[in-house]
Amino acid sequence: MEERETMSSTTTKTKPKRSNSEFWIWFAASVAFRLVLIHLPKNLHLSSRPEVATPLTSIRRLAEGYWLKQSSMSPYAGSMYHGSPLLLLVLGPLTVKRIEGQPEHLLCSLLLVIADIVSALLIRSTGQSLHKSYVQHLEALDLFKFSEESGMLPSGDIAALVYLWNPFTIVACVGLSTSPIENLAILLALYGACKGLVPLAAFGWVLATHMSLYPAILIIPIILFLGYGPDAPPRKLFLQRSYRKCGTSSSSDQYRKTEDVTDPLELRINFSWRRVMQFLLWTFIWGIYFLLLCDISVKQYGGLSEMFKRTYGFILTVKDLSPNIGVLWYFFAEVFNFFRDFFLIVFHVNILFMILPLAIRLKHRPGFLAFVYLAISSMFKSYPSIGDSALYLGVVALFVNELADMNFSFFLFCGYVGVSLLSPVMHNLWIWRGTGNANFYFATAMAYACLQIVLVVESVSAMLNHDRKLRKITTAQLADGKS
Amino acid sequence: MVLRSRPIFSLLLLFLSSYGFSTAFASGSAIEGGEEDFSEELLLKPLPDRKVLAHFHFETRAPRTPSYGRHHHLFPKAIAQLVKKFHIQEMELSFTQGRWNYESWGGFEPIASSNAKPPGVELWAVFDVPPDDVDASWKNLTHSISGLFCASINFLESSTAYAAPKWSFRPDPGSLRYGTLPREAVCTENLTPWLKLLPCRDKAGISLLMDRPSIYRGFYHSQRLRLRSAKTSSDGTHSSIILEQTLTVVLHPDSQKMSTVNSREPTLQPSWSMSSLFGKKISGTCVLAKSSTVYLQLDWGVVRELKNLENGNQVLGVASIMEESFVSNPAFVLSDKPDKVIREVDSRSEESAILYEFSVRKHSDLGPFDLGFTWKTPVVWSCPQLPLRVSRFLMGSGNERGAIAISFRSARAREGLTHAKSMGESCKVDVNVFQVVPWYIKVYFHTMKVFVDGKPLAVSDIIEKIHVSPSEDKVSPGVLEMILKLPCTVDSAAFTLEFDKGFLHIDEYPPDANQGFDIPPAVITFPTFHVNMHFGEDNLSKKSAVLSRFQENIPVRSYTEVLLVPLTTPDFSMPYNVITITCTVFALYFGSLLNVLRRRVNEEERFLKSKGKRPSALSRLLSKLSAKLGGKRVVASQSSARSSSFISLKLILKIILVAGIAIAWQYFSE
Repeated sequence: MEERETMSSTTTKTKPKRSNSEFWIWFAASVAFRLVLIHLPKNLHLSSRPEVATPLTSIRRLAEGYWLKQSSMSPYAGSMYHGSPLLLLVLGPLTVKRIEGQPEHLLCSLLLVIADIVSALLIRSTGQSLHKSYVQHLEALDLFKFSEESGMLPSGDIAALVYLWNPFTIVACVGLSTSPIENLAILLALYGACKGLVPLAAFGWVLATHMSLYPAILIIPIILFLGYGPDAPPRKLFLQRSYRKCGTSSSSDQYRKTEDVTDPLELRINFSWRRVMQFLLWTFIWGIYFLLLCDISVKQYGGLSEMFKRTYGFILTVKDLSPNIGVLWYFFAEVFNFFRDFFLIVFHVNILFMILPLAIRLKHRPGFLAFVYLAISSMFKSYPSIGDSALYLGVVALFVNELADMNFSFFLFCGYVGVSLLSPVMHNLWIWRGTGNANFYFATAMAYACLQIVLVVESVSAMLNHDRKLRKITTAQLADGKS
Repeated sequence: MVLRSRPIFSLLLLFLSSYGFSTAFASGSAIEGGEEDFSEELLLKPLPDRKVLAHFHFETRAPRTPSYGRHHHLFPKAIAQLVKKFHIQEMELSFTQGRWNYESWGGFEPIASSNAKPPGVELWAVFDVPPDDVDASWKNLTHSISGLFCASINFLESSTAYAAPKWSFRPDPGSLRYGTLPREAVCTENLTPWLKLLPCRDKAGISLLMDRPSIYRGFYHSQRLRLRSAKTSSDGTHSSIILEQTLTVVLHPDSQKMSTVNSREPTLQPSWSMSSLFGKKISGTCVLAKSSTVYLQLDWGVVRELKNLENGNQVLGVASIMEESFVSNPAFVLSDKPDKVIREVDSRSEESAILYEFSVRKHSDLGPFDLGFTWKTPVVWSCPQLPLRVSRFLMGSGNERGAIAISFRSARAREGLTHAKSMGESCKVDVNVFQVVPWYIKVYFHTMKVFVDGKPLAVSDIIEKIHVSPSEDKVSPGVLEMILKLPCTVDSAAFTLEFDKGFLHIDEYPPDANQGFDIPPAVITFPTFHVNMHFGEDNLSKKSAVLSRFQENIPVRSYTEVLLVPLTTPDFSMPYNVITITCTVFALYFGSLLNVLRRRVNEEERFLKSKGKRPSALSRLLSKLSAKLGGKRVVASQSSARSSSFISLKLILKIILVAGIAIAWQYFSE
């Protein structure tokens, strides 16, 4: 046992040092890359790409909303701006301010770069704590050898770098979409929940929900995080193990040892209602606070009901049919008006429908559950942008160790590359050249949706298989122990 | 027989008596105050680019007194009912085909300012109702007019098609609604109901000239109906409704004649007569008309040229054009002797327009009236130009976004600005822009840019006043009203506005979706410039409706071009494919994810075990089938029979459950 401790300590000392400096080099490089890109003129025309600028995330619409507000009209007058009034307060003045000799939206870009950096740091620290708890739990199950064999990767660093160097993130940041800020809010919530910082988790969740509605479903992973703690193998294993330990142990010294071990196990088994209640209380407080702020800022423009109608109502009724990387725009452009309401309900319920089964099967892995929810909502969102994909691709990299033997990962990689190259081409053919057809572009959107579906399904199945594997090993161990 | 003839007789009696009563009533009311009257006028004017403008003006006036009741003897009943029902204060409806050429047909003159209309249909109305009821009145009005004029004006009913300008269209609009249909095709089916409103239709009088083929062959054709209220007495208690019907056509004199003339003398303007222009002559007057007059107008440009000609010839003085020698003039010859020559009194310049007046009644006594105009010497002149030439165009390519640009160019040879320029450098030209943008052109107002003489300027320096009401998807169009204050010395100015093109539902596209969508023209008004002609005699305006219109002080107005914006179209033939494919993707997601979640540990093994124990239903069925085919009797084992009965029991239970749910659903849903 002692030997093992020292071994683990040495590995944790030598390995991370090297990887740490490497991480910071890559980190700095990604920031420098962004700074170079934002100095290029006209944002490389990325800010008007349909992949980047959806009606909800477009900076031009935000600037229009700010202009309307400055000329004492409601920012929601005219179906241009559909975001939060608070975001308008923060980003609006930055769209107008100009520094001589610099590109137009430099201040906005800098803010978005900062948001990206903070998001990456949050992912890293979330990843580190997930990693720690993972190692801890494996040790508790006496499975450390198993993990050692598979070669544990520093998932936090990897995920942060995946997030920073993902072309989707870079394009969303340079293309001036507001999704980096939404992503930051979501990551803040997950970080707070993972670290057990209840007020922060509540703040992040309320902010993210306020800005884009879909993160509302993240309340389940956050509650599971706070109730059970970070991701771990299934509870049953710990129960089995503790049961066996209690059953076999008779001498007092062994009893003491089991107490040690059961410390994390206790945490596993008991759901901490106190923290959940705290979270709900904080959510309530933050919710009231945000509503109050919004009410103050939209008071003279029709109040909160107008704001909800223009933001959440716009999201839920899919009023804007301009093309994006999702599937709903073309569907609602083509579907018969008679069935429109029916399909609106069906598609939105499809997101909600899977929440419960996933929560039941993955309740011991709230971090992974959060990833699945994010991926599903970015798939079936009314106005998805690649900023959403960037977020879930960053979060999925937190589980590199668990998802090591996922199927189709190469196929998925190639698919993502192919679709992201083909989609702009099809868009160009259809919109700019007029030689293509809407169906061409829609086909890439379908392919993209299918890829995301494969990713979600395969990652869930890989995660369940991983748990199965752990169970097999533990049961084998237990059987060995018995015999 | 007697029984049968009786009702007919009584009906006749009734009709006669009512007729007599109505005439008596009408004459009685005529004595007590305002009188219904009708006048018809035609104004002909040679245009510099070898064309001729014909402007028909019919005016019917009825007092708006309660005692008058529903009976009118001249005023069209349909219009009177419309006015009464929808409380219309003012209204203008125009059907136009072709575009008024501001550069060669003139912009700075009364006809261009009030009768040059945008292509298609333009309708505006001011209602005398509470502000909340205005939209309802407008909707009803559009439907009524649509029926009255056989046009699709009812498309103006939807809130996306009309706007309520605050101050840029008219200075004091009241409850004004404004809508245009740029794509409306105008044809005889619209002209016939319009002619029906005239007391003599096109059976007698000046309207006889309206021969359909020759009118519609013209370069520009604008048929207008204008309703106004006017105070007849000084205390304002008596007001009257004035119905003004004008038809403005720009015609080309007979091409065959012109070509022969052309070969001999290339610069000589084509000669024309009424019969060559319209193919008809005026063979009688409308007896109901108070006056029927034909005017021939010569622009100040022509007059100046003629003067130069005469000065060059040194034969006749300037006054000779005025007085006796109109028939034998060095420049042109008139076939008939005018009754009167009216000269415009203009303070701005020495030369002024001349109007020759011909009374149809007097001329048609001698026979059919056919005014001829023959040029003798080539004359080149130009029309009075707008202070700034305005044109509007689209910028950008592709179907995603673009920009609208309105450009202003100063015409150096204009007269309006010359005296303004002398006032000094600090003088400014006010330009009033009113633009309605359909909702699928999503305008970004923050991208507004102004360029003066090619240099970008701060928007706040140039725009004096602005009112924007942004478009709302599928609810209301965007309206932009602004006053630009440009320096007088400006050569060119441009105003740009970026927009995104919207994407519509397939049902919202018109049948010819790939043709594109029209942006209605912008209305440009120059509020500091007024067109009005002053004539020496005061009583002229009382006699003639056209001349009184000319004397009104109205600001110079022009319409820009209609813009055609191509929008991206979805595939119209694929709704079913899109629905099924999308739903398949959703099913794929749902099914595969649920399958992954449902699968348990060791399930496959258990499944395989159970399979090994007992043959599956399918294999049993297959074996049965093969046995049957082999002609052997199937020996079913006891256990399998029991299991099959068990399965069927389960199945039956399931069916009963589903049926029960269905029945319950049916029951509760009813």
